[in-house]
Amino acid sequence: MNPEPTADTGVLAEQAPSSGAEPPAPSPTSGVGEPQPGGTVLAYLSRFRVLARWEVALLATVVAVFVVGRVVSPEFLTSYNFFDMGISNGELAIMALPMTLIVATGEIDLSVSSTLGLASSLLGLLWMHGWPMPAIIVVVLACGAVLGAFNGVLVTRVGLPSIAVTIGTMLLYAGIGEILLGSNIVSNFPATYTNIGVYGVPGIGLSYSTVIFFGLAIIFGAVLHFTPFGRSIFAMGANQEAAIFSGVRVKRTKTILYIVSGIVCSGAGILYTFKLSTAEYDNGTGLVLSVVAIVLLGGVSIFGGKGSMVGVVFAVLIYAGLLDALLLTGFPQQASGIVIGGLLLLSVLVPSVPEFRSRLRAGRHRLQRQAPEAAIVHSGSVAQPRLTGDSSSKAGQGGQPI
Amino acid sequence: MGKSVEMTAGDTPPGDPTASLRRAVHQREGEPFADGAQPAVVDPTNSPGEDQPALVLEHATKSFGAVRALVDGDITLHWGETHGLVGENGAGKSTLVKVLAGVHQPESGRLVVNGREVTLDGPAASRAVGIAVIHQEASVFPDLSVAENVFIGREPLRRGRRIDFKTMNEQIAVIVERLGVRLDPRRIARGLSVADQQIMEITKAVSLNASIIVMDEPTASLSAHEVNRLFEMIETLRREGKAVLFISHRLQEVFDLCQRVTVMRDGRHVFTRPLAGLVADDLVQAMVGREVVDRAGAGGQRIGDVVLAVEHLSREGVFTDVSFTVHAGEIVVLAGLVGAGRSEVARAIFGIDHRDAGRVSVNGRPLRSGSPTDAIAAGIGFVPEDRRQQGLVMAMAIDRNIALASYDHLKRSGLIWGALERRFATDWAGRLLLKYGRLSGNASTLSGGNQQKLVLAKWLGRHPSLLIVDEPTRGIDVATKAEVHRLLEALAAEEAVAVLMISSELPEVLRMGDRTLVMREGRLVAEFSHSEVSEEHIVAAATGQTAAAGDLVTTDAMGHDTP
Amino acid sequence: MTNLDGALAQPTESPQRLVDLVFRLREYGIIAVLVVFIAVTTGLQPRFLGQQNIKFILLNATIFALLALGETMVVVSRQMDLSVGSVLGLSAYVSSNLFGQVHGIPIPVVFLAGIGIGVACGVVNGAIIALARVPGLVVTLATLYIIRGIDISIVGGGEVVASSLPAHFLAIGSDSVVGIPYVTMCVAVVIAAGAYFLRSFRSGRELYAIGSNPDAARLVGIPIGRRVFSAYVASGAIAGLAGVLWATYYGTVDSTAGTGYELTVVTAVVVGGVAIFGGSGSVIGAAFGALLLSTIATALYALNVSPFWDPALDGLLLVLAITLDRTLAVRLANAMRKRTFRHEP
Repeated sequence: MNPEPTADTGVLAEQAPSSGAEPPAPSPTSGVGEPQPGGTVLAYLSRFRVLARWEVALLATVVAVFVVGRVVSPEFLTSYNFFDMGISNGELAIMALPMTLIVATGEIDLSVSSTLGLASSLLGLLWMHGWPMPAIIVVVLACGAVLGAFNGVLVTRVGLPSIAVTIGTMLLYAGIGEILLGSNIVSNFPATYTNIGVYGVPGIGLSYSTVIFFGLAIIFGAVLHFTPFGRSIFAMGANQEAAIFSGVRVKRTKTILYIVSGIVCSGAGILYTFKLSTAEYDNGTGLVLSVVAIVLLGGVSIFGGKGSMVGVVFAVLIYAGLLDALLLTGFPQQASGIVIGGLLLLSVLVPSVPEFRSRLRAGRHRLQRQAPEAAIVHSGSVAQPRLTGDSSSKAGQGGQPI
Repeated sequence: MGKSVEMTAGDTPPGDPTASLRRAVHQREGEPFADGAQPAVVDPTNSPGEDQPALVLEHATKSFGAVRALVDGDITLHWGETHGLVGENGAGKSTLVKVLAGVHQPESGRLVVNGREVTLDGPAASRAVGIAVIHQEASVFPDLSVAENVFIGREPLRRGRRIDFKTMNEQIAVIVERLGVRLDPRRIARGLSVADQQIMEITKAVSLNASIIVMDEPTASLSAHEVNRLFEMIETLRREGKAVLFISHRLQEVFDLCQRVTVMRDGRHVFTRPLAGLVADDLVQAMVGREVVDRAGAGGQRIGDVVLAVEHLSREGVFTDVSFTVHAGEIVVLAGLVGAGRSEVARAIFGIDHRDAGRVSVNGRPLRSGSPTDAIAAGIGFVPEDRRQQGLVMAMAIDRNIALASYDHLKRSGLIWGALERRFATDWAGRLLLKYGRLSGNASTLSGGNQQKLVLAKWLGRHPSLLIVDEPTRGIDVATKAEVHRLLEALAAEEAVAVLMISSELPEVLRMGDRTLVMREGRLVAEFSHSEVSEEHIVAAATGQTAAAGDLVTTDAMGHDTP
Repeated sequence: MTNLDGALAQPTESPQRLVDLVFRLREYGIIAVLVVFIAVTTGLQPRFLGQQNIKFILLNATIFALLALGETMVVVSRQMDLSVGSVLGLSAYVSSNLFGQVHGIPIPVVFLAGIGIGVACGVVNGAIIALARVPGLVVTLATLYIIRGIDISIVGGGEVVASSLPAHFLAIGSDSVVGIPYVTMCVAVVIAAGAYFLRSFRSGRELYAIGSNPDAARLVGIPIGRRVFSAYVASGAIAGLAGVLWATYYGTVDSTAGTGYELTVVTAVVVGGVAIFGGSGSVIGAAFGALLLSTIATALYALNVSPFWDPALDGLLLVLAITLDRTLAVRLANAMRKRTFRHEP
């Protein structure tokens, strides 16, 4: 009847699947697990299981952020501002998509920003050497696949914990990126490419990265929620052993996810470089933590097995909107970390509130029960419980060890 | 429950007024746990009156949802006695042990320890009254040393509150010598054999001044030599005046070791008698107490071609040279004691574990080693022993669990439509009479029996040619058990499915098996047809004894208990 | 690397010897690697072991070894503290800024202030993690951001300039005796004390127990919440102290101080033999891990290799270290399985 221990459960967390009879506590679930009861509208929507309590809360937050943004500045809801938000956060958002799937399997990939940086360096290097751009793009994406495959092999074949591996590859890839380009800065990209940093998609007005993000989000979301592959992701995240016993090909799936992550992040690196129209060695450092923050905020459980693409998209909107609104009020750019950190904290604290309350109640209940005859219980040498009717026992007076 | 005092476990509150008291006694054996619960100081040699029993449990009841695990739990232990507790799988032994351990609180009944009525509200309370339970699976800290494992939370201290390693090691050496065994207190606990882990647990119990020691199926994974060693230790403890409760499915051991025995059946106490004057049959009768219902048409119906062929299968360290076949429409039961290697063979066939040697083929198609995908594609379904951890995904919805192995059939142009999934799940849940609240509810909301049906539904949805079921009815209620049996029989008889079943429950083995294969210590040692099989034959083969007429025949039930 | 297969050929007593042997090797292997690395580098560049370089290596390693002390305490209990870099930065600025705010403030008070900031951060981390029972990885990820954000808000675009700091203060970061910096010796003492604590005190051993088997720890009654809380407070305090030391080294402190340090610390800790999921490893090993990383960085410089190689080598080292750990564990488990199979009649 005990929750089974898993390495990534964390010492203190008791959110692991509960035993037997109690109904599952409300949690940021979707994709698997119980849709929440509620009004008829919610009940109807919850049939689709894509929308559940957490996502609704996120949606409300998105709306709130945009309302506040409009209040703060009349420019907030203009198409130019949306374009701007896309320019600032597009690559970040794109990286969050494969990350969502990886975290849903119970793993993590901290090397994403280094992959982006390495892609950028490689792009600059090859351009410096006169390669044609189409060829460069292919090579860079292929390189991303290799980087991802390396992660995948280490995690699935060698069986290493992904948190440790991807810290290592984060350093390694960043380092290789630095070595490739050295201290060179490449900026002479042709305007056809760097225009994505200046103009939006004709007719829509949003940045290219934004459009790519939404397009990919639909694809990734469809895969996650409507394909066997996606179902197997949730299964292995919730209980890898049971998934294996059901024929799910865990190693293959995770390796594929890491490869996809590598490709997508290198693609993001290409976009990033063109947007800045500069390739230099430290492009993209530090983005990874924001990506993880967004994914967790979107309701994907750090332990795996739960989450939805819709939630992540909302989280992206919250993140972009919030940062932008802050910027418009003159809040210092770099200090926006406080906001991201705060959002992340909220995203893990809020789901744990019901459990915290029930633990408090249990503790209080226990104290009440023992109140009239308490204190004896913890005592030292006077160990034994107070006598009930039978007063003849001598045991408990610090008797000799047997 | 009358007036009784509750023993509570929990963090010692800050500013604990008893801290100084505890400091005063810290040098002595039996140091309190970190949670403040003082280990027992019950001294049986000082007990008033020789007849005062060490422990009395009366009329305890405990239910888990619909399953009434304990209906009338009764046991009385005396000082200086080794008391056997026997019963089939599901008899309630395990629940009774957990009540004594403080893990479960009974709904009614009373517990009297050394003359004082107590209510245990947690494991620490149980330790505090002097009860120590040695489980089959020890709770070990693999990275700490043996000594630290034994004394964790209450290590003896030197000046300045530093851990006194020397005293710790010495105390362990003393205990270990007294017990007549060897255990190096300084070595790391990782890699300790099961037998050595047990010794560690016993050492811990002794150092905690436990006076009532409960051993739950301790011999399950031990070699003969290790069993002897364990018995000597138990004898030593008994002679020191402690009360030992010995639970085992191996009746011979109970006769060898214990003075009195209690038999349980279906959650009830059946009788308690001295072993002198009893024979094994008396126990078996009391444990089983019902006629073994023969299976309709067993052994006679159409048996088809060979579906599963296993040849010289070996996995080093686990099993050796196992060969057998299973035909369509046949139910083959793999019997034997725990640790004989049956589940491991099944896992190797299914590809969860790699095999070191041998061949497996299904319908003539050879299977790759270590590939569940291959096995499933060839038409094998596998219902594992541990349904909560391996059989289903508890945190996932019921319909998703049922569909999990069948997605390649369910998808339409690559996509899964929720409606299709639900229809599939509803269909199979209906066929198996699975009782659920909502299909979208988590699998954890189902009862044990329904969870097992869910696992079966998952595999049956694939129309397997071979279904491997490992302990299919363990831990489920009687009604569902019967349903599962009927289902398996129907699968074999009507759908010509080949069934390989692993079971430790003798009545189930006898009823279900068209053929019964017995494993012992990693080898296949006997095969019986339906007409020749009997409890004696199985047990003899499983324990390596030959049953001579007129001897004390060891017909034990080979049950092991439900959680 | 010993021949494991040769070791396996011995009689059945040896399974436990094997386990102990392997673990000893892993703990002390890092020293061997360090020695080999130094030897090779010195071979290539005899001037590598000059006094200047040694001082630099030691100074650099000192900060990270100190951080590794706190991080180890957290990691062995199966947690992680990613906020140490931000705490260091905040402490470095606030403490050194005190000299400009309060004239003639005694240096010990400045140290206390830095440590105090670290303690405050650690308390926040620990309280959230212990009370809400959420994974430390995520919480400290968040506080990494938040604390850095606070730091940036306070610092703005400004900085503390070395020339505004008292000479005595700056001397702490550079004075040495017999080529070994004072701070290194002091920190070595602190680390030794930490190692002793983890080895010889109940609460220290309980941290290991929590990381080794959290469920068993709960069953046995170990106050997990309290222990984990204390570990985070310790980690924070240490990071705060490291921040002040950082200021004595560099003198000029802006809002980027300590950025990225948490990665280096975790790398040092893992390379030094602390299991990423807790339960085993030593502070001494982690300190040597820090020393190794510092040596590598300096060696690159001495060998005239581009410093851009540094993170790549660190990453590679981390991957190698955990691969090695994993391979050893797997081979060990296989060996145990085969040896403990019962053969007797």
